[in-house]
Amino acid sequence: MTTLSPANSPSWFREPSILPGFGITLGLALAYLGMIVLVPLAVLFFHSAGLGWAGFWDLVTEERTLGALRLSFATAFIAAAINGVMGVLLAWVLVRYRFPGRRLIDAAIDLPFALPTAVAGIALTTLYAPNGWIGRLLEPLGLKVAYTPLGIVVALVFIGLPFVVRTVQPVLEELDRELEEAAATLGASRWQTIGRVILPTVLPALLTGFALALARGVGEYGSVIFIAGNIPYVSEIAPLLIVIRLEEFDYQGATAVAVAMLLISFALLLFINLLQAWNRRRHGHG
Amino acid sequence: MAEATLVILEKAAVRQAASATGERRGVRVLLIATAIVFLALLLFLPLAVVFAEALRHGWGEFLAALGEPDALAAVRLTLLVAAIAVPLNTLFGVAVAWAVAKFEFRGKSLLVSLIDLPFSVSPVISGLIYVILFGTHSVIGQWFAGRGIEIVFAVPGIVLATIFVTVPFVARELIPLMQEQGTKEEEAALSLGASGWQTFRHVTLPNIRWGLLYGVLLCNARAMGEFGAVSVVSGHIRGLTNTVPLHVEILYNEYNFVAAFAVACLLALLAFLTLGLKSLLEWRHGAELAASRRL
Repeated sequence: MTTLSPANSPSWFREPSILPGFGITLGLALAYLGMIVLVPLAVLFFHSAGLGWAGFWDLVTEERTLGALRLSFATAFIAAAINGVMGVLLAWVLVRYRFPGRRLIDAAIDLPFALPTAVAGIALTTLYAPNGWIGRLLEPLGLKVAYTPLGIVVALVFIGLPFVVRTVQPVLEELDRELEEAAATLGASRWQTIGRVILPTVLPALLTGFALALARGVGEYGSVIFIAGNIPYVSEIAPLLIVIRLEEFDYQGATAVAVAMLLISFALLLFINLLQAWNRRRHGHG
Repeated sequence: MAEATLVILEKAAVRQAASATGERRGVRVLLIATAIVFLALLLFLPLAVVFAEALRHGWGEFLAALGEPDALAAVRLTLLVAAIAVPLNTLFGVAVAWAVAKFEFRGKSLLVSLIDLPFSVSPVISGLIYVILFGTHSVIGQWFAGRGIEIVFAVPGIVLATIFVTVPFVARELIPLMQEQGTKEEEAALSLGASGWQTFRHVTLPNIRWGLLYGVLLCNARAMGEFGAVSVVSGHIRGLTNTVPLHVEILYNEYNFVAAFAVACLLALLAFLTLGLKSLLEWRHGAELAASRRL
């Protein structure tokens, strides 16, 4: 027993428990996750390392690649911002008001999660095309949606809609009405209560929802390619450029765009997490 | 006179209190109307378009598009892929949730965030990694090709890419649920002499069944509807490596809009079914689903 090394002792790695099956379930899970997710992703990074730093940089700073990356992140950011505003509004309406059809609308919010993206893509395109039900009304106003970057934003708003609503909704449900009453008793106007009491409470959830919608929007492919028009330098998103490079059998080009996308996405998510932590510290809780 | 003033003041105070924690009627109506118009433009009209376009030339053409051999082959492939990917991810979800929720160990939070990794990777990249790993230019790909096994641009690649994008669904449903339930009931069963398997089968499984079903439902919807990842690894061979969403794309790009939307109707119906069952689960068994469910 004295030869028991720390690595063999269960207390070093985990707290003792009488429940069985830790080793087998964790082992299975790690093996599965490793084979399906981690090793293939690592191979992607390894493959791009084969390009060397200069080679990678040349591929990524190519004008077409830069244009596609800029477009993907810009449209995803705008769409996530729109979803930030409309998501809070929808969550507020669903939590605070009672009106006919509320349950149906509540269930419909999840439609973008359930509807395959290709279907959303062709439906939105048909709807917003110049001869579509909505496109026809916008055309005289000089507004073109389908086959322009604006169309990409519309598709990404669709895709990201549930994220903000579903993160903000539970926070609003648990919001203590007495806080609002207290604010009102102390002489705050309704707008002051909303700005100083409700919004700060909702903000962390809103940021989380925004980050999820942004991450999803940056990588989205299925719903966008139909409505985008896919003109290089103008309406060609980064995921599409990866597909085009692959079809040209340019594996290095495809890998470079993919790695650049992943690195920027992870940096953004890290930044938003740090912002969350800073916000928690500032308000002195959590 | 003084009394009348008092009554007016009182009424004003009551009105004030009501508006202090709520909005005026006009504001309320405006907000509800904005929400409904927004959702109509974004969700309801696109759905209506799918069915309107599919039935543009009547039921005959609609049914013909669905009965076409390539469409049927796509349906069969989609069912096959889901039948492999969903059970595997369910097994993984249950195993990882057991380890994470019932035990305390180092690196747990890292493991939990790794499970969600596929959600922050573009579907196109999810496909690309398997092309890089198993493509004919890679060492592994050549090894398999030498034995007559095709992975990329064939069914195994489609299955792998689908598994990748649906890995988190069951796990993220079960982990918070099992954490909320703790380990007391399992410990009681074990101390009464139940075996580990009996404990899981008769104690844990009944406790998590609705959450499990919820996760499987969402996992299945994504597995059957996945487009980007599958598109990259499929090779788009009609009747062979075409899933239903890919078939929709091919028909649409051939300007065969009625057929494209007819097949899209199948996927829209799948979405309705998923949302319906999901709402039913939340309504009937909401208390037995994870309260702190993450997205």
